[in-house]
Amino acid sequence: MTVRLVLYVAGDTPRSRSARATVAWLAGGGVDEHVEAQVVDVAEEPERADADRVLLTPTLLRLVPAPPRRVVGDLGDRARVAEALGLSAVQHSRNHDPR
Amino acid sequence: MSETTNGAFPRLPTGIEGFDVIAEGGLPRGRTTLVGGTAGSGKTIFAAQFLAAGIRAGERGVFITFEESPAELSRNLACLGWDVAAWEKSGAWTYVDGSPDEESTDVVGEFDLGALLVRITRAVRQSGATRVSIDSVNALFSRLPHPEKLRGELYRISRALRELGATTLVTAERLDDYGEVSRFGIEEFVADNVVLLRNTLQDERRRRTVEILKFRGAEHQRGEFPFTIASEKGIVVLPLSAMTLTQRSSTTRISSGIAELDRMTGGGYFRDSIILLSGATGTGKTLTVTHFVAGGVAAGDRCMLFAFEESREQLVRNAKSWGHDFEAMERSGLLRIIPVYPHAMPLEDHLLRMRWAIDEYRPQRVAVDSLSALERVTSLRSFREFMLGLTSLLKHGEIAGMVTSTAPSILGGHSITEKHISTLTDTILLLRYVESYGDLKRGLLVLKMRGSPHEATIREFTIDAQGMRMGEPFRATSGILSGNITHGRAEDEEEAPGEGPGGLTEVEE
Repeated sequence: MTVRLVLYVAGDTPRSRSARATVAWLAGGGVDEHVEAQVVDVAEEPERADADRVLLTPTLLRLVPAPPRRVVGDLGDRARVAEALGLSAVQHSRNHDPR
Repeated sequence: MSETTNGAFPRLPTGIEGFDVIAEGGLPRGRTTLVGGTAGSGKTIFAAQFLAAGIRAGERGVFITFEESPAELSRNLACLGWDVAAWEKSGAWTYVDGSPDEESTDVVGEFDLGALLVRITRAVRQSGATRVSIDSVNALFSRLPHPEKLRGELYRISRALRELGATTLVTAERLDDYGEVSRFGIEEFVADNVVLLRNTLQDERRRRTVEILKFRGAEHQRGEFPFTIASEKGIVVLPLSAMTLTQRSSTTRISSGIAELDRMTGGGYFRDSIILLSGATGTGKTLTVTHFVAGGVAAGDRCMLFAFEESREQLVRNAKSWGHDFEAMERSGLLRIIPVYPHAMPLEDHLLRMRWAIDEYRPQRVAVDSLSALERVTSLRSFREFMLGLTSLLKHGEIAGMVTSTAPSILGGHSITEKHISTLTDTILLLRYVESYGDLKRGLLVLKMRGSPHEATIREFTIDAQGMRMGEPFRATSGILSGNITHGRAEDEEEAPGEGPGGLTEVEE
């Protein structure tokens, strides 16, 4: 199953960078599901923030699978982010640790 | 070159009836004003009306809602006669939907209101809005962790809106009508300007008031002013004491409807005066009002009679017994009788409805019979505010007003009404029972008449099919006003005939 995520950030701030890094980790095999992630800068695409009713930045939105879930913040604690999205992280990455 | 050197700050008239009077013109233009109030105090209506009034004046507005969804809000506002859906279609009204998410939200780390800022900015730019309402910050803050960290974010939003030239109104919930200005201490971050709405119980009656706590560097009226929420109109503030009584006094005289009383008052009442008529029950107050109305109609004046104590039928019947046909006067369009039930609503609402009726009919004479009916159903403070409001309303319209007050005791004495409103009146007429050798007679005295000489004797009068018939002064009787009546020698009274009523005397106030 593919997990689809959208990350909303506002400009290039330390918070945005931290959140982008976590999302890159998620999409780059950091969790045991296949993750497709998109990053949206609200300053460039405000109409998308309107459509998804985003107020806070950074906001990570899980679109698939339903029901949608939201995680807000700089997403610095990756384990907690994975948990909030219903994904498992650490276990998976250890199993596949190349020797 | 600063435009604020004289202390005058540019204002944006809100269009909220009465509010701009106490705000000395409106909200500080291009700034943020915080509107604080407890749950149910009318904050959302105030915020929405700020936009609605602007739209009616050709402006555009953005409404940011954190509590109700746009659909719910539009539905609720429709009850006040505002077609938000139509305004949305025309682009006059834009929502920024910040109502709570259905899905769960987890928090991992630090965040800010960046997306909100971008969305608000975009909405204002796209629509060309000059007015922005944010309702309410508490609804947003209470669902976030560490709300105090977000206060600085509000400042960012408020500054961005200022750069866009928008005048912003932010609502905030208070826990207590007389407690801290807002929860989370929001006000220090957002607004130089704070307005408080209150909804309190006083003498078992609901009382809504609005107070401008501060307008930085700008004039405004101090204190609490009552307001009401009316269907089709929304919030209507009653500026009452803020209304100034600076009209020039008229020197034009109008007839009291009683020729002899006109003579006693030096030619009749003044065109814009407030006449207080005080007397015990049955002394002839309604009769004097009837003459006042009939005298007006005879002179071609439009007259309005607010009847708080008697039904329309009763008034018509009474007038007929004194030779005046109220129904014919109504048909001629020169009289309108409005029966009012004092218990039906708070005094502020009575005043408001009287104002609307007066604005619509534009009478030259207004009579209120009687004020005592109102005094019984309210606190003294509300009553005084009502009188101030009524007085300024009549003065503004250059309307002659006659108000009656029922004295509590049969002989002598003052009513509470009189004590509290006599300073607001220009003319006071006293009607008294006079006990004279076993007969109960009626007497009338012009106690005060601002700016005019008047007769200072107590005149006996009788009532017949032509109404009031003025007689001679009570020459040998004293103590009528206090109710402790004593009589001089009967001969004194015999000597008086032929001399006629006393001359006119100027009486010092």
